[in-house]
Amino acid sequence: MADPPVTAAFPHRHLLGIEGLSPDEITILLDASDAYVELNRQAEKKRDALRGRTVINLFFESSTRTRTSFELAGKRLSADVINMSVGTSSVNKGESLIDTAMTLNAMHPDVLVVRHGESGAVKLLSEKVNCAVINAGDGSHEHPTQALLDALTIRRRLGRLEGLTIAICGDVLHSRVARSNLLLLTTMGARVRVIGPRTLLPANVERYGVEVFHDMKAGLDGCDIVMMLRLQMERMQGNFIPSIREYFQFFGLDYDKLAAAKEDALIMHPGPSNRGVEIDSEVADDFSRSVIREQVEMGVAVRMACLDLLGRNTEELGARNL
Amino acid sequence: MAHGNWTHAMPDDPLGSVAYVNARLLDPATGLDAMGGVLTEGEKVVAVGPNITREGASLADTIVDCRGQCLAPGLIDIRVQIREPGEEHKGTLESEGRAATAGGVTTYVCLPNTTPVIAEVSEVEFVARRARLLGLSKVYPYGAVTKDLKGVEIAEIGTLAGAGAVAFTDGEKAIANTQVMRRALSYASTFGLLIVQHPEEPGLAAGGVMNEGEIATRLGLPGLPSAAETILVERDLRLLALTGGRLHFAHVSCAEAIDAIRKAKAAGLRVTCDTAPPYFALNETSVGDYRTFAKLSPPLRGERDREAVVAALADGTIDVIASDHAPQDEDSKRLPFAQAANGGVGLETLLSVSLELYHNGHLPLLEVIGKLTRAPSELMNLPAGKLSPGEAADIVIFDPDRAWKVDADQLASKSKNSPFDGRPVQGMVIRTVIDGRTVYAVEN
Repeated sequence: MADPPVTAAFPHRHLLGIEGLSPDEITILLDASDAYVELNRQAEKKRDALRGRTVINLFFESSTRTRTSFELAGKRLSADVINMSVGTSSVNKGESLIDTAMTLNAMHPDVLVVRHGESGAVKLLSEKVNCAVINAGDGSHEHPTQALLDALTIRRRLGRLEGLTIAICGDVLHSRVARSNLLLLTTMGARVRVIGPRTLLPANVERYGVEVFHDMKAGLDGCDIVMMLRLQMERMQGNFIPSIREYFQFFGLDYDKLAAAKEDALIMHPGPSNRGVEIDSEVADDFSRSVIREQVEMGVAVRMACLDLLGRNTEELGARNL
Repeated sequence: MAHGNWTHAMPDDPLGSVAYVNARLLDPATGLDAMGGVLTEGEKVVAVGPNITREGASLADTIVDCRGQCLAPGLIDIRVQIREPGEEHKGTLESEGRAATAGGVTTYVCLPNTTPVIAEVSEVEFVARRARLLGLSKVYPYGAVTKDLKGVEIAEIGTLAGAGAVAFTDGEKAIANTQVMRRALSYASTFGLLIVQHPEEPGLAAGGVMNEGEIATRLGLPGLPSAAETILVERDLRLLALTGGRLHFAHVSCAEAIDAIRKAKAAGLRVTCDTAPPYFALNETSVGDYRTFAKLSPPLRGERDREAVVAALADGTIDVIASDHAPQDEDSKRLPFAQAANGGVGLETLLSVSLELYHNGHLPLLEVIGKLTRAPSELMNLPAGKLSPGEAADIVIFDPDRAWKVDADQLASKSKNSPFDGRPVQGMVIRTVIDGRTVYAVEN
């Protein structure tokens, strides 16, 4: 089998977030992902890059898409992939989080892919293990591979990120996808707007260097990209919006509101989307505009690139330990 | 922090006379700031002044040369959580008593949030008796304002006061119900008793785990707005105006709440407040990358609020500095930030961090010591905090300039959760004397 298509090195042991990554480092990850997109479209998809390595998907929060995407990415790179889903009810206590980390660490995995319902939990876990850790989503904090796959989708469609006007709409308050995207897109020189009701925008969100809107049409005016967020009712403590009906009326993406954006503006959603809540079904299924399925495809490539690049670093770590 | 050693001075050890000479005497109660000495006889101070010298006190049984270091009344800390009875794995009267003496604290007042809650005469007496037998710092308990700290029914505060509770509080919980708070203030004023409120409106604070703002947003943590503190302070000041009585706010931390208290004092209401070192020495950036040692209640605020706390200490709006000592074990802190327990240990860093106010030029040395001795003594009417003849010989000797670095692992407290871990500080306790007995001393 051919050599891995990627050669650049990634200078971090873990991928815990977009925060702290330079534009060059983000570009390394995106370029590496690009190469894997082509590979994934061939009939023969298997590479040797992680042969003999162990990847553990440790999910404290239920997930089908992200976990499957990481699993496929690991397997296509010939890693041994183990999935561990730890029910939220049994592991809500962090002592179990630390215990689990220590136990898994003793089994010498090379990469741990971790999702957890609490902000900062993946960072805490990363301090207790010797292997590389990829954050697959922690609370409302970060979800770096989602932001990378969103960026890859945009870059492949429009050729660049710099100078584009991108609107992130909806429940920014509870969204780790939004935080990672705000960091990545502003770092790469995009003009970013956030749009949502005041109750669903976090305090001082403008400090990310973004424009804040509370009216969809005003915020979408002239946008290249419309990025919708899932309304995360499961994270809401109390009542942030009066009803789904009213939310859809003011902030749900339909053709009427979309008309304010550029004629060929692309529609994105991290999935799973709540149709009729934040996005109209017709809009979500409009293949001339919606790139939601492409995002899923890019996800596998991005995760292959991340596993590959971080896996190489652990090879060096292992060599040093000898 | 323990740079020195504890002695096992027990109450029945024979005591002669001791002359502490060559000291910079600091007594905020009398305004004394001069070189001199203190002569103790048994458990009492018998003379204080410039004429207590090595030569003048040559008849004393023991002479302690203070080498020019500061000698002040032992510190009084009015906000300490002990965890005994109920959570002895986090802290006991003995372990926290050692922490207190290493910090120069000779008297402290402990919160009623133990298990069981201090709401019965027997529990008040248990704490007082245990502390006496240990021969470490003197301990006075708060009584609970409401039964089981539930905020519903007023506890037997008159009876508890008779048994030795020096003031009343629901500890880390705010007395949230407005009618209950009104009645508590009103009933306590019948006996002239002090109510101490943790000012945080629970509805608005619900779910919040750090100060609301940019940092909480970036960390993806639910924010707790400072308005939660301001709202409860303003409400309670209205109730105080309605009921009369005396009200003290614990650990005030934000500019607007302080402004409200400043105005209420100017209007003649009998209100006082304290703050804790984290609120004038740290801000929300200490949370950094989810440092749970910096998870406190109230949360560390923004820099503007920290500056307001310093200004209020300087202008006298904030009367007292208390450590807000809250031991938490590793299992309570080594958790994702939102799940981790609130609180930091503070007894051993109380003096050193407070001295930053002096070193940074915000307050004269005597005023800093006043907020740790005279002011809490007057507030709770405690028999401590003065150097005059006839007073208990409770003394701290400290070097205001000696530098050290806080190392949480080296703390005497059973729990190591210091928000100041790693901080370089200036000012070290050299000797702590309680009832004439040296209980802690650094070898020179």
